[in-house]
Amino acid sequence: MASEPLMEPHGHAAHHRDLAHQFDSLDQQKESSTLGTWLFLVTEIMFFGGLFTAYVIYRRLYPQAFALASHTLNVPMGAINTAILIGSSLTMVLAIWAAQVSWRKGIVLFLGLTILLGSAFLGIKSVEYREKFETHHVPGPTFHFVPESEHVKVTDPQLERHASIFFSLYFIMTGLHALHMIIGIGILVVLAVLSWKGKYGPEYHNPLEMTGLYWHFVDIVWIFLFPLLYLLGAHAR
Amino acid sequence: MNTTATAPVTTTAETGFARPNYLNAAYGVRSWLLTRDHKRIAILYLISVTAFFALGSLFALLIRLELLTPEGDLFQPDTYNRLFTMHGVVMVFFFLIPSIPAVLGNFLVPLMIGAKDLAFPKLNLASWYVYNLGGIFTLWAIVHGGVDTGWTFYTPLSTHYSNTYVISTALGIFITGFSSIFTGLNFIVTVHRMRAPGLTWFRLPLFIWSTYATSLIIVLGTPVIAITLLLVAAERVLHLGLFDPALGGDPVLFQHLFWFYSHPAVYIMILPAMGVVSELVAAFARKKIFGYRFVAFASIAIAVLGFLVWGHHMFVAGESIYAATIFSVLSMLVAIPSAVKVFNWTATLYQGSISYQTPMLYALGFIGLFTLGGLTGVMVATLGIDVHVHDTYFIVAHFHYIMVGGAIMGYLGGLHYWWPKISGKLYPAALSKLSALLVFVGFNLTFFPQFILGYLGMPRRYWSYPPEFQVLNVLSTAGASILGVGYLLPLCYFIWSMRYGKDSGDNPWGAVGLEWDTTSPPPTENFYTTPVVTHGPYEYNREEVHNRMSQEATLG
Amino acid sequence: MSSPFPLFPDSASSLSGDVDLLFIVWSVISIFFTALIAGLILYFMVRYRRRHPEEVGAEEKAALWLEVGWSVIPLVIALAMFVWGTRVFFNIYRPPADAVEYTAIGRQWMWKVQHPEGQREINTLHMPVGQSVVMKMTSEDVIHSFYIPAFRVKQDVIPGRYTSLWFHATKPGVYHLFCAEYCGGEHSKMIGSVIVMEPRDYESWLAGGAAGKSMVATGGDLFQSLACVTCHRAGASGRLARGPALEGVYGNQVKLADGRTVIADDNYVRESILNPTAKLVAGWDPVMPTFQGQVTEEQLSQLIAYVRSLGPVGSAPAGGTGGPNAGPTDTAGGRTDSNQPQTAGPGTPH
Repeated sequence: MASEPLMEPHGHAAHHRDLAHQFDSLDQQKESSTLGTWLFLVTEIMFFGGLFTAYVIYRRLYPQAFALASHTLNVPMGAINTAILIGSSLTMVLAIWAAQVSWRKGIVLFLGLTILLGSAFLGIKSVEYREKFETHHVPGPTFHFVPESEHVKVTDPQLERHASIFFSLYFIMTGLHALHMIIGIGILVVLAVLSWKGKYGPEYHNPLEMTGLYWHFVDIVWIFLFPLLYLLGAHAR
Repeated sequence: MNTTATAPVTTTAETGFARPNYLNAAYGVRSWLLTRDHKRIAILYLISVTAFFALGSLFALLIRLELLTPEGDLFQPDTYNRLFTMHGVVMVFFFLIPSIPAVLGNFLVPLMIGAKDLAFPKLNLASWYVYNLGGIFTLWAIVHGGVDTGWTFYTPLSTHYSNTYVISTALGIFITGFSSIFTGLNFIVTVHRMRAPGLTWFRLPLFIWSTYATSLIIVLGTPVIAITLLLVAAERVLHLGLFDPALGGDPVLFQHLFWFYSHPAVYIMILPAMGVVSELVAAFARKKIFGYRFVAFASIAIAVLGFLVWGHHMFVAGESIYAATIFSVLSMLVAIPSAVKVFNWTATLYQGSISYQTPMLYALGFIGLFTLGGLTGVMVATLGIDVHVHDTYFIVAHFHYIMVGGAIMGYLGGLHYWWPKISGKLYPAALSKLSALLVFVGFNLTFFPQFILGYLGMPRRYWSYPPEFQVLNVLSTAGASILGVGYLLPLCYFIWSMRYGKDSGDNPWGAVGLEWDTTSPPPTENFYTTPVVTHGPYEYNREEVHNRMSQEATLG
Repeated sequence: MSSPFPLFPDSASSLSGDVDLLFIVWSVISIFFTALIAGLILYFMVRYRRRHPEEVGAEEKAALWLEVGWSVIPLVIALAMFVWGTRVFFNIYRPPADAVEYTAIGRQWMWKVQHPEGQREINTLHMPVGQSVVMKMTSEDVIHSFYIPAFRVKQDVIPGRYTSLWFHATKPGVYHLFCAEYCGGEHSKMIGSVIVMEPRDYESWLAGGAAGKSMVATGGDLFQSLACVTCHRAGASGRLARGPALEGVYGNQVKLADGRTVIADDNYVRESILNPTAKLVAGWDPVMPTFQGQVTEEQLSQLIAYVRSLGPVGSAPAGGTGGPNAGPTDTAGGRTDSNQPQTAGPGTPH
């Protein structure tokens, strides 16, 4: 409930080449884009929230099938990917730091590293996806699921159907996450080029910070996906 | 308000349009399609939503024609099912949700808070393109034969049984959702960060409060419908089984996800209309809104509570009776802030200086119809009644009282009020009053009989019906034709006024508010000098206001 | 239906009077408030009309007591009506103990009804006046909704699970049966008639209908022909038994292999036939094959009726193969209050 004036009268702030016409100061512009980015992330949370809700409901309905299906996922690969993503968040922060200390080559270097790590994540993910195709764990006409548990001996068509729901959710959730990664990498490539041209420095590096927020968010989504899909229910072994 | 905008002296009296404004700032199609001016984008939206409104109305007309007779004489049932589905889809997603926020909100939010534009003008323009892209997907589905699932897309009908264009319609709505999100996000940031000096939260006009509350709902709710429709499309293409009971899926889960957005969406439609009515009542009673803070907080309360009541759409859908009880009591609570608003508007009239200009007629019509729509809403939130009237014409009547009697009355009232601000022109007063009357009478004749039909037990979405329901259906169709004329008239005289209307002057109503402090139509960046605000939004008892009124001719 | 232009629906069940009273009181409240607001607006419009163009309204006189008053009074009214409405609702969904169970299966676009005595009908429902009836319902395809306006009851019919509603007709006559949930192409043709008859007429209608076995008897036959009986054998013990005996199971708590307990209601028995491993009974191996795709919805209902008719261990099935046709009271005897229609939580089929 701010009661102080939020906007200086026109012409008060010196015109800056990065200042858009509707704003009066760089500060106002930065506050606006920060708030806007956070709101955008709120919409993203709600978007993934719908999926998490579906996941939780079906997991509660079919705990056994979900545990058995989860058990077939490649935990080491998931763990490596988690480490990679956390590392990429670090390099993203370092890129912003480089901008703050006017180290132009540093920005490009760290953005490059972030892109590299993001691509490595996608590479590992695609290996995992290929595994699923080979073992017929992709929902569809060729779907086939035999649990590796002693508890269930026969091939149970009902269990297979429920496992198919697990894998449907797995592909939708990780697929949408990967799509967010791809979009993020695309933005990072553009930012790297602009940074090389010297667009960002200590005074103005809004786009870097906003992309950083987005990148961390995508990272956090994975931090939730990994235990939910890979780890939860591992005790069913 | 304090600083009246000092417009450059009109240079040439004979041209009349010499004063620079957003309309004559640049010419040509390019200058419109690439504009970042919030006012021009509002005009673009006005054109788009009017087109969709016309399309949705056409569907409504055909529905009403079919229901003239008990046996389906005019169309095949499949055609009829597509008609009511497309009517719902077009009206809800392409007209009601964007109408007030994207047209009036876009135009007014920066003007009312003394800003030069919205925080993100490019995003604003993008939102219009995204809206139209979504519209093209949906139109493509319509042209190729439409979709027949009902606008609610209930599974497993929509995922496994319908053989119409569900996917392209769902994608159209998915895409259009982004345009809503862009608009809502833009408004929230703008209201937080771009207010003029001195414009504190409690000096904001109530239209801004309600637009802000609406934007919160848009930002929180729209992503959920996006993922839900994405799942429907995925289920349809890949047969995943998420909503198919034969494969272990749960069809009712869809209803929960769908109504988690679509119930708050009702408040996306009605809250902005409430904001408009607050402005109109204050302006035409020339009085401060009674209980300003209560009205402002009521908007926020509606937005918050609106997210907790989605389960009242599922009282007879296999929901547990205990869940139903909780959703019922929460639905009762959400009625209270709405009642508070109605009482405060009425109390504002007390000792006012009430003028019967066209916008005020719409506003008063809104209050009456919204009261009835809201009360019947509380009736259907009562469990014992809902079991009988659920999915009957009682529900149809109830939500049309809210959406048509409420949202569209508010939208039309707002258009009539701010049209001089938008165009700088006046429309014919008598004709516009006639249209307001036709809308009010036609609306009641169309939808009141449907309350009776609903309690008699006529289910909604029926292509044919038992003969004893015919008389009421004929009345309803007759009302719809009057309503149609009431809607056509403004379209005609607004277009007419742009060329032939009299110049309105800057402030034809003698209203206060930052948007009336600048010229009409406003210049590209809205104000010649940034306004400084020293008092609340509806202060009519000031000498300054009095002096200005005695100088300027107003329509009072 | 008697009047060509009715304004108020027929009232023909024990519940319809309660619903109507609730509705009428709410209508009076609504009309009162709408008239109050409209009256005040009209009065103020005349009384405080603008008299000269420069006139402005009076200063606002804020009044907290008004704000509090018009928040609290509607709240109190709404909460009172909520309590009343919820009581009516609970009555609508809690069948009395002596209710007879009929089965209805919805499909695009017809209602298939089966009487406890075995009679089947399509799009009509004959029933005696003065007898409480529970409709146990499911769907073969999309979601439908079973709606009898004259009884003021409605319940969605959902594929993959059972829902139910009950009513007690008080007036002989012919009433509408509608599908209220939009279900595709011929939704508006998924209508029928409820024919409420004097008990004597109903008896003669039953006698005149095509002779069929009762629900329980047909279910008993299926129990034999599907070879359920080879594993679920009453009285078998030790190594002979591969599955639990089903006597006295229905309506009682069942302990599951994973430690949970569930109540063996319609939805549980249904799931155990279609998806035997989902909720395995403690102490048994998951050896039962699924019957998904091998039994129709009607047969499922008959099997469940049979399972319900099995008394405690030792006693003979009430209506087994070749036994006497189970009358209404037999079916009702197996009902317990676990038989409430709404055992499923929101969006969770068992």
